Amino acid sequence: MKRLFAVLVMALSATAAQAEEVTTYTLENGMEVVVIEDHRAPVVVHMLWYKVGSADEPVGASGVAHFLEHLLFKATDVLESGEFSATVAANGGRDNAFTSYDYTAYFQRVAADRLELMMQMESNRMNNLRITAEDVETERQVVLEERNQRTENNPNALAREQFRAALFQNHRYGVPIIGWKHEMEELDLQDALGFYDLYYSPNNAILVVAGDVEPEEVLALARQYYGVIPAEDQLPVRERPQEPPQRAERRITYVDARVSQPYLVRMYLAPERDPGAQREAAALVYLAELLGGSPFTSALGQALQFDTQTAIYTNASYNGSTLDDGVFSFSVVPADGVSLSEAEAAMDEVVNAFLEAEIDPARMESIRTQLRASEIYALDDVQGLAQRYGAALSQSLTVADVQEWPEILQSVTEEDIKAVAAKVLNRDQSVTGWVVANQEEAR
Amino acid sequence: MLRILIAFCLTIIATTARAELDIQQVTSPGGINAWVVEEPAIPFVALEIRIRGGGTLDLPGKRGATNLMAALLEEGSGDMTAQEFQTTLEDLAASFTFRAFDDSMQISARFLTENKEEAIALLRQALIAPRFDQDALDRVRAQVIAGINSDAKSPNAIASSTFYANAFGDHPYGSSIDGTIDSVTALTRDDMFEAHRNALVLDRLFVSVVGDTTAETVGAMLDDLLGDLPAEGPALPDDVAFGLDGGITVVEFETPQSVAFFGQAGLKRDDEDFFAAFVLNHILGAGGFESRLMTEVREKRGLTYGIGTSLVPKYHAEMILGTVASSNETIAEAIEVTRSEWERMAREGVTPEELAVAKTYLTGEYPLRFDGNADIASIMAGMQMIGLTPDYVVDRNSFVEAVTLEDVNRVAAELLQPEGLHFVVVGQPEGLESTQ
Repeated sequence: MKRLFAVLVMALSATAAQAEEVTTYTLENGMEVVVIEDHRAPVVVHMLWYKVGSADEPVGASGVAHFLEHLLFKATDVLESGEFSATVAANGGRDNAFTSYDYTAYFQRVAADRLELMMQMESNRMNNLRITAEDVETERQVVLEERNQRTENNPNALAREQFRAALFQNHRYGVPIIGWKHEMEELDLQDALGFYDLYYSPNNAILVVAGDVEPEEVLALARQYYGVIPAEDQLPVRERPQEPPQRAERRITYVDARVSQPYLVRMYLAPERDPGAQREAAALVYLAELLGGSPFTSALGQALQFDTQTAIYTNASYNGSTLDDGVFSFSVVPADGVSLSEAEAAMDEVVNAFLEAEIDPARMESIRTQLRASEIYALDDVQGLAQRYGAALSQSLTVADVQEWPEILQSVTEEDIKAVAAKVLNRDQSVTGWVVANQEEAR
Repeated sequence: MLRILIAFCLTIIATTARAELDIQQVTSPGGINAWVVEEPAIPFVALEIRIRGGGTLDLPGKRGATNLMAALLEEGSGDMTAQEFQTTLEDLAASFTFRAFDDSMQISARFLTENKEEAIALLRQALIAPRFDQDALDRVRAQVIAGINSDAKSPNAIASSTFYANAFGDHPYGSSIDGTIDSVTALTRDDMFEAHRNALVLDRLFVSVVGDTTAETVGAMLDDLLGDLPAEGPALPDDVAFGLDGGITVVEFETPQSVAFFGQAGLKRDDEDFFAAFVLNHILGAGGFESRLMTEVREKRGLTYGIGTSLVPKYHAEMILGTVASSNETIAEAIEVTRSEWERMAREGVTPEELAVAKTYLTGEYPLRFDGNADIASIMAGMQMIGLTPDYVVDRNSFVEAVTLEDVNRVAAELLQPEGLHFVVVGQPEGLESTQ
């Protein structure tokens, strides 16, 4: 074991220099362009990211960012409704889109020689949508069915919605991306167009092109199709309501007969990755791994699933890829016969013991190795790389921040982890949620 | 020592893209066949192993044994407990997954070039010398039972399990590979060893290797990795007829959106009409936003977020299956539109324009699938499982191109049975009742 380990570290450091080839430009109208080269297959991923998401929506119009995303597949001045996707398909490609709290992104995956057609169509729908009242009626039904499918039919998703709403006392991260149902039902043409006219503009967009392409050729096409679109001079500064100091923990019991197995979740507000300041976030990545990454080797897994049979599942996770506050969370599914209060007490005991003990250097080294290797594996998925840059840049990080992140992860120390754990694991900034089928299980 | 039987340099030609894929077919000194693609650009290797059999090999009264056995392969082997095994795996930064499906076992591994010997040795230990320790068995059994409980309250799982039970009865296809709470509770360590002995065998095993390696070294690696598995296993079960007539089965479940799982009998993968049916299904329900069902049920009427169909040629039965979800108030309409599109397709077939568009998409999309080591390894193992040869990747698009309008429309009339379509609906659907 020990010998193997030394060999591994040496060998890995030899390949650590390997990284994706990235070229960046900024067009005169303010649009950012990122090109990631991967010449293994004649494929390209063309992604357009708008720096606007559900957390930028006007109060009372929750869901409009996602609703608009759906409407972008309707008619423009030159494309008929549905023609965009039909054209991508007729060229052997696939297209889709997604909306998050901080961004809305549209992408196509096609043969590399079809890039120009994608740019032509994508640039066209940045400014030239022709949505009808009928589109709005039908598509509103579609997004309501989407909410039914993802949320209303899923007790875990409904519970999560309640927990997030309680965790964020002032920030729009507490409102679901897909929207609250009663507000979705009222979304109209004006809500969608108002959002579209303001935020869909080149100075609020990032173009990411990844695959079998040459950067200069991408730049030339980007200038031709996106470079001619005027910047939006009314684009508001992106300042969203922030969390006040949180002074009291919140506890919620969500009861739903469709729950098959009681479980508990604890969510804490946590610092996110910020431009030039990613160290705390990097330490939180380790903290999540150490406390609840693998059931076999993490503190919670070992204590609750191996040393005792308290739980059948344990997890710790951290999402710091956000523009504003991130979330650090634990979840525990108790074993048969263990109550939620017993499981929660056992969980807190493990976390407290972790904070008081020294961190095992072998575990630190193992996590470092895995993070370094994950960069090698990431090179096999060019769409994943495109997503990494698009998401980061729409959340205010720079290309330099993205490229420094793996090295920052390598430099995290035990002291960093202890310090950030003491700061983040503060119950006053937390929600503890119990999810049960009936009140009898809430004990 | 090593025989490289054939080396193909294959160019997949489509109207929109060409993908070069150099598949080398090798046979190890010990007789294990594999397909290899050398891709030195990134210093890691993706290894994919499939073994026919899977959950259909569960012995009478032991439903769930193969699934539980597969889940336990990462829970201790050789002289390592579960935690020791996982610690070693993490130190290598490798990943292994072991899964049982109805008809096969799937083993996927990903490891770095620089420690591939250690990774292969660890994988070998998991495959050849699992321990099935009692504590691991009990721990994983509890997780499997939690999954079974969860499925019992999931509308989607209730719909598919009801459909399969009614279609296949006592055949393994008629029940979940997870087993029942009773059957899983009764499984013992001996059952695990027996399931392992039966499911991991050489004579129906298929391998592909893609990444930073050479065809010359793969043979010895495979003998080392797999050579100690038993040569052969028990007979596979008999084929089974799809036993569900047309109609509707409603399963009451308190939830706002009803989910429907529907289907009818299909055709075999090696049927001479398979490609015509493949194109037909693409136009009917598999073609994303452009399919007729998406157009009619979602785009025109807003009745669902998604509807899709697929050809499902399993080893022992064939089906065309689909899913759709819609509010309790509107699911009846969604089903009516689906059935009427099924009927229209059987009666009218497709238009020349629809056929042309479908062919352009299907042939253009195909080369785009070969764009990552793990993806290529998975595709190549899947091809071997259904008896294809490497030159299929070149010929496949010509099979699509060769489909004529007459073929599609004849197959539409012969295959699609609007009256034979059965919907299992889970929820509180308004205006729908079970037929007999």
